[in-house]
Amino acid sequence: MKNKYSFFSLVKNAFSYHENWEKAWKDPEPKKEYEVVIIGGGGHGLATAYYLAKKHKINNIAVVEKGWIGGGNTGRNTTIIRSNYLWDASAGLYDHALKIWEGLSQELNYNVMFSQRGVMNLAHNLQDVRDLKRRTHANRLNGIDAVYLNTEQVKKFCPIINTSPDIRYPVLGGTLQKRAGTARHDAVAWGYARGANEMGVDIIQNCEVKGIKRNGDCLEGIETTKGFIKTNKIGVVAAGHSSVIANMAGLKLPLESKPLQALVSEPVKPIIDTVVMSNAVHAYVSQSDKGELVIGAGTDDYVSYSQKGSHDIIEGTLNAILELYPIFSRMKMLRQWGGIVDICPDASPIISKTPIKGLYFNCGWGTGGFKATPGSGDLFAHTIANDEPHKLNAAFNLNRFVSGDLVDEHGAAAVAH
Amino acid sequence: MFLINCPFCGEREQSEFKAGGEAHIIRPKQPSELSDDQWAEYLFMRKNIKGVQFERWNHIHGCRKWFNIVRDTSNDEIKAVYKMGEKPPVG
Repeated sequence: MKNKYSFFSLVKNAFSYHENWEKAWKDPEPKKEYEVVIIGGGGHGLATAYYLAKKHKINNIAVVEKGWIGGGNTGRNTTIIRSNYLWDASAGLYDHALKIWEGLSQELNYNVMFSQRGVMNLAHNLQDVRDLKRRTHANRLNGIDAVYLNTEQVKKFCPIINTSPDIRYPVLGGTLQKRAGTARHDAVAWGYARGANEMGVDIIQNCEVKGIKRNGDCLEGIETTKGFIKTNKIGVVAAGHSSVIANMAGLKLPLESKPLQALVSEPVKPIIDTVVMSNAVHAYVSQSDKGELVIGAGTDDYVSYSQKGSHDIIEGTLNAILELYPIFSRMKMLRQWGGIVDICPDASPIISKTPIKGLYFNCGWGTGGFKATPGSGDLFAHTIANDEPHKLNAAFNLNRFVSGDLVDEHGAAAVAH
Repeated sequence: MFLINCPFCGEREQSEFKAGGEAHIIRPKQPSELSDDQWAEYLFMRKNIKGVQFERWNHIHGCRKWFNIVRDTSNDEIKAVYKMGEKPPVG
């Protein structure tokens, strides 16, 4: 790497008051033609370009982004990373990502602040207990670390949880994945952008795709706000806007785009050193390195691209948070925002070829895409480079909605979608 | 967060309602005669429009009746409300 970040580069740049750091990625105008164009400059799109260049030696790539990189759902999620999924296909996919996370800062020479602080999922009724025990066994059979905790063990692991039996949804137990945790979401986009740019990938921001030009079943290129770009391979990683791009190519996808909200509190001293999620009451919380509580809410049930959700959704989430953590009752919330998530009928993603040759989609991550960023990029790059899915993403094809071979993680996953 | 003008009860908060998804998807008369592709199209594929979309809603915390609305999904502005069985407004 040309400008490796290290202790020495930090000292060297200190002498010039840190004013001469080279830009982490360039801001070029688009070339006339690319071998591959990735639509969407979020974590997944940038990771795809990075692995296409690194593993598959394709360097003539553009990533086109409507706004700025990492400004969509990459910068809007609650940064939780885990792989404790029930079904084998999902477990394989998410644990592949988790394994890459474990070495990602070193690989990218960029600190993504990956913190394996553990993720605990709570059970509030007998069915939850049975489901979580089943999932623990399923995880272990797939080589994923998981332990089941009873109420006392939950309390010991996270002492601020209210484990009184008198509350509306008492804590009957929980699961713990210790390898799980959080990462700095912006850094993931920036690290991949820097790495991809280093290998010759053009990252083109403020460039909105307006149309996809086809000649029969062959792709000719894309119309953008920065002109026509010729290409015959397109990877679409547009999250909530996947259906909009699909429509440009004359495709229909099994997706619905809905607002998902999150909020952060004022910063406080360290109070919760893990991530706690609760499916039944739909509340999850962790604490950022700045000290803010990071709280995730649920989705609205209607289609919207407005990037703002309903107030009653966050009210419900905060009710649950306060019952589980009475200590937070006087905390002030500082910011609240929404992102648009694309949800599949089976709540599993699509990393797939399409009926159109050279057009690939990576979408449908719904409420849980951030954790998969490195694995998703790696497998999508494989799919694009070989025109064939990797065995880890073969189950996540678009055709499963025709064949009926769904990967139904609705309810089976550790959090409701 | 927005208000919906229920054709039976009048204007109420959106939180009183349940969204029922895309409207005017007609259930096939002879499902057994469809190909897998046609069944998938009916069951799973959605327009998921960014812009003006026709939708079904149910006033679950009110009259519990179904009706249709026309809504711009890019800003949640409601353009029209009409009852089940009525013709969708044009333009």
